[in-house]
Amino acid sequence: MSLPLVVFLPFLGAIAAPLFAQGGRTAIAIASSVPALVALAALFPHWETLATGGTVLHSYEWLPAIGISFSFRLDGLALLFALLILVIGLLIILYARYYLKPAENIGKFYALLLCFKGSMLGIVLSGNLLLMLIFWELTSLTSFLLISFWNHKQDARRGARMALAVTGGGGLALLAGILIVGNIVGSFELDDVLAAGDLIKNHSMYPVALSLILLGAFTKSAQFPFHFWLPHAMQAPTPVSAYLHSATMVKAGVFLMARLYPALAGTEQWFYMVSFTGMATLLIGAYTAMFKHDLKGLLAHSTVSHLGLITLLFGMGTELAAVAAVFHVINHATFKASLFMAAGIIDHETGTRDMRRINGLWRYMPHTATLAMVAASSMAGVPLLNGFLSKEMFFAESLELNLPGLWAWLPPIVATLAGIFAVAYSARFIHDVFFNGKPKNLPIYPPHEPPRYMKIPVEILVFACVMVGMFPAISVGPLLNAAAGATLGGELPDFQLAVIHGFNLPLIMSFVAFAGGLVMYSQRKKFFAFHARFREIDEKAVFEAVVLRIVEKANSFTSQIENGSLQRYVMLLVVSVLAVAAMPLLDLGIFVGERGLSPVDWPTAIAAVVLVACALATAVVHRERFYALVLLSVVGLIVALAFARFSAPDLAMTQLSVEVVTIVLLMLALYYMPSWTPIETPLRRRLRDISLSLVAGAGMTLITLAMLTQPFSSISEFFLANSKPGGGGTNVVNVILVDFRGFDTLGEITVLAIAALGIYALLKNTPLTPPPSDGEGHAWSRDAYPLMLRLIARPMLPLALMVSAFIFLRGHNLPGGGFIAGLITSVALILQYIASGMEWTQDRVPFKYHNLIGLGLLFATVAGAGSLAFGYPFLTSTFGYLTWPVVGKFEVASALVFDLGVYLTVIGATLLALVSIGRVSPHSAIKSKRGAA
Amino acid sequence: MELVFALIIGSLTASGVYLLLRARTFPVVVGLTLLSYGVNLFLFATGRLSTGQQPIIGSSAGYADPLPQALVLTAIVIGFAMTAFLVVMSLRNLADNEDDHVDGKKPYKSPAPEHEEEVTGK
Repeated sequence: MSLPLVVFLPFLGAIAAPLFAQGGRTAIAIASSVPALVALAALFPHWETLATGGTVLHSYEWLPAIGISFSFRLDGLALLFALLILVIGLLIILYARYYLKPAENIGKFYALLLCFKGSMLGIVLSGNLLLMLIFWELTSLTSFLLISFWNHKQDARRGARMALAVTGGGGLALLAGILIVGNIVGSFELDDVLAAGDLIKNHSMYPVALSLILLGAFTKSAQFPFHFWLPHAMQAPTPVSAYLHSATMVKAGVFLMARLYPALAGTEQWFYMVSFTGMATLLIGAYTAMFKHDLKGLLAHSTVSHLGLITLLFGMGTELAAVAAVFHVINHATFKASLFMAAGIIDHETGTRDMRRINGLWRYMPHTATLAMVAASSMAGVPLLNGFLSKEMFFAESLELNLPGLWAWLPPIVATLAGIFAVAYSARFIHDVFFNGKPKNLPIYPPHEPPRYMKIPVEILVFACVMVGMFPAISVGPLLNAAAGATLGGELPDFQLAVIHGFNLPLIMSFVAFAGGLVMYSQRKKFFAFHARFREIDEKAVFEAVVLRIVEKANSFTSQIENGSLQRYVMLLVVSVLAVAAMPLLDLGIFVGERGLSPVDWPTAIAAVVLVACALATAVVHRERFYALVLLSVVGLIVALAFARFSAPDLAMTQLSVEVVTIVLLMLALYYMPSWTPIETPLRRRLRDISLSLVAGAGMTLITLAMLTQPFSSISEFFLANSKPGGGGTNVVNVILVDFRGFDTLGEITVLAIAALGIYALLKNTPLTPPPSDGEGHAWSRDAYPLMLRLIARPMLPLALMVSAFIFLRGHNLPGGGFIAGLITSVALILQYIASGMEWTQDRVPFKYHNLIGLGLLFATVAGAGSLAFGYPFLTSTFGYLTWPVVGKFEVASALVFDLGVYLTVIGATLLALVSIGRVSPHSAIKSKRGAA
Repeated sequence: MELVFALIIGSLTASGVYLLLRARTFPVVVGLTLLSYGVNLFLFATGRLSTGQQPIIGSSAGYADPLPQALVLTAIVIGFAMTAFLVVMSLRNLADNEDDHVDGKKPYKSPAPEHEEEVTGK
C-alpha cells in the first residue's frame, strides 16, 4: 500500500495546497511539504530489503485485458530517483517560498509543482511500462504548465510549447516502442521485461523498438539533436528550472535508459546510438555554454552537456560505466540544483541574469558567492568535490572502450575537450559573476544577501557536494551500490569509491582539462570573437517557423478537401458510396432470387405508378416549392397506403399522422422562405447530379429486388411466440416497442425530446420577417381564421382526443399505441392552432410543452425502473387482468405506463417544435391562415 | 410485386439524392424527406412483402415479420424529428444570413490567391 501512497499523495496535495494559499506563502509551503515528508517516511522501512538487492512490488489490477496494471515497484534505482525527487523537491518548496512574490498565484504554483512531483514519482516507481508511460506524459503536461507559469510572457509560452512538442512527440515514440517490447515479451510488467533481455535483443523488431524508446529518452533528456528545447525552457521560474531541468524531468530520459538497461543494452545498436548521441551532446552543450551571457542559459547548456555525459556512460555498455552514470546522476543533481538556486538568488537580488552586467558580487553577497563557487567548482570537476569523482570515473571509462584503430582515441579526446570547456564555463560563472570589476547598471542596486532561509536549500546541497566529494564511500556508497546493482540487474562490478585512485591516466586528463580550461577562459576574448563569426541560430524562431509552416500546409490541405460547400460534401458522399457499391452491384446485375416474383394487382400497380410519378415530379418541379410540397404529401400518403397494403397497419397509421405533421411543418417553414428556388447551378452540373441520382436509384432498385426475392430467416419467431405469453399483448409490433425492445424506445423518445428542445433553443429570440406577399405578389388574405374551419375544428378536438385515447389503450392488442395516439393528439391540437391562431390556442393549453416532454420521459423511466424494485432487470414488464363493470375484462400491463410516457413525449416534442416555429413571426395571425390554405 | 416495390424505392432514392445535391435549403429538406421514405420502405422490405398477414396474434393464419415494422415505426418518428430539426436549422440560417443557401453564406469563393499559388506551385 505504501508505494501507491507515495505516488498519489502529491496529487492529493495538489488539490489541497491551493486551499492554503489564503494563509500566505509560509502556510502553503508547509502544506506542500507534507506529501514528501510522508513519502520519505513510507519509503524508509523498505531500505533493508533494497540494500540487499531486493525489490518491493505492490500490484493492483486495472485493465488486465490490455496488460496494464496499477503496479508499483521499488528497487535501488527507483529509490535513488525517488529520493532525489523528494529531497530536492522539499528544498525547492522552501526556496520557492522566498523566490515567489506574495502577489503571484502561489496556489497554482505549488499545485502544479506537486502534480509534477507525483508524475515524476510515478515514472520511477511504476512496475508496469504502460503505467509508466502515463506518468511520463503527465510530466510533459505538468512541465508545460510550469514552464509557462508566467503565461503573460510570450517567450515563456513559446518555450513551454516547444518543450511540450518535443517531449510529447518523444512520448509518442516511446509508446510505440513500449508496445513493441510488450508484444515481444508478452507482458508490460517491468519484472517480466527485465527478465526477457535476451528475447528482446534477439528479436527482429529489436532495432525498431530500441530506436523508438531511445527517441523518447533522448527528447526527454535533451540529447542532440533534440537538446534545443531545454535552454528555452529557462523562461520558467527559477525553482522550476532547478527542479525540473537539473534534478528530475530531464533525468527521466536517463532514468529510462537505466531502467531498461538489462533489457535493451549490450548490443552494437545500443552502443552506437547511445554513445555517439551522448558524445555529440556532451561536446555541443559544453561548447555552447561558454558563450551564453545569460546565467541560466549557461547552466542550461551545461545541463545538456552533463546529460550527454551520462548518456555516453550508459552507451559504453560496460558495467563500471553504468555505475559511473548512476553516480553522476546524483552528483549532477546536487551541484546543478544548487547552482540554479544561486542563479535565482542573484537574479532575485540584482534584477538581471546578464553576466555582462553582473560583476563583482563577492563584495555584496559573500555568503551566496561562497556557496555558488563551491558548486561551480564541483561542476568543473575540482578534487574533493563530488563532480570530480564521477568525472574521473568517466575519464577512466572513456579509455576502456575497444574501438578499432584510431577511433579508440575519440572518446578520451572528446572527454578531455568537454572537460576543458566545462572548466572554462565554470571559471566564467565564478569569475565573471563574483569578481571581474564592478556591477554595471544593475536594475536593483546595491544587491545584498537574500533572506536567511532562501540560502538553506543551497547550503544543504553544497554540503552534500562536499561530503560526497570527501567521504564518498560513507556518504553515498550504500545508496549507489543499491541503485547501480538494480540498474545492472545483477552482481555489481568490483569498484572502489575513493578520492584519489593514485597517479594515473584519468588524473592526467583532469590536469589537462584544468590547465586547458583556465587558459581558454583567460583567452576568452579571442574565442568570443571566433564564436561571433557564426550566425547564432534562434531555435525558437526556427521552431515557430516550422510549426507555422506545418499549420499552413495543413490548412491549405484542409481547404482543398473541405471548402465549406455542402453540395460538394454530399456529392463526395454519394460518389464514394456508389464507388464502394459499384463492383458488387455490377456482379449482382438484375438478380431475381428463389422466392421469385409475386403477381401484381391493379390497385397496387396504379398506386405505385402515382407514387413513382409524384416522386420524380417532386424533383422536377422543385423550384416551385409549393407544388413540390403538394407532390411530396401525395408520396407520403401513398407510402402510408403501401404499409397498409403489405400487412403493417401500425406503420400505416404512424406514417399517415407523421405525414400530416410534416406537411404542416414544411408549410410553416415555407411561409418564411422564398417560394421558389433560383437557377444557380450550370446545366453541366445539373446533368452530373441527375446521372448521379439515377445511378443511386438504379442501385437501390437492384439491391431491393435481389433482397426481396431471397428467402430469409428471421429472429422474429421468438417475438411472435412470446408476445402473448411474455408481454401480454397480441399486437407484436407494439409489444416489441414497449416491452422486448423497450430500452431502444426509451432512447428514441429521448432523441425526440432533445430534437424538440434543440428546435426551441435554435429559434428562441430569432427574428424572422415573413415576406409581405406570396411568391406571385398577392397580398395575404385578411381573413385570418376562416369561420368554417374554426367551427369544425373546435368540436373535432374532443372527438379526436377520444379516438387517440382509444387507439392508445388498444395499442397493446390491436394496431395503435403511444406513438400513434400521440401523433393523433398532436394533429388535433395543431388543427386548433391553425383554425384559431397561436394566442387563442396557447391561452387554452394549460401546460407548457417542455413540461410535457419531461413528464413523458419521467413516466417511461419510472415505469422501467419500477421493475428494479421487484428485483427484475430494468424495463421488465408485468401484466394482469381487471374486470370493469361495463367494459368487462380489461388487461392492465405495466408497459402501459411506459407507453403513456411515449405518448406524452411525442405530443410534447411535436407541438413544441411546431409552436416554436409558429411563434417566430410577430404576425402569427397571418401564418395560421397560410398554414390552413 | 417485388419489382414494383423495388422501382418505388429506386425512384424515391433518385429524387431524394438529386434534391439533396441542390444549393438551397428547402429542396434539401424535401430531398431528405423523400430519401427517408425510401429508406423506411427498404427497411420494412427486409421483412419481405406479405398480404393480409398483419402481425397481430390470432388475426390471421401467418404473420408478417414484426421486427422491421417496429424498427421502422420508430424510424418514422425519429425521421420526423430530424426533418423538423433540419427545417429549423434552415430557418435559423435564413434569419442569420438573410439567404437560404446551404453553405450558410453566399456561394463559396476560392481561398486567397497567394494560398492557391503556393499549393499549385509545388
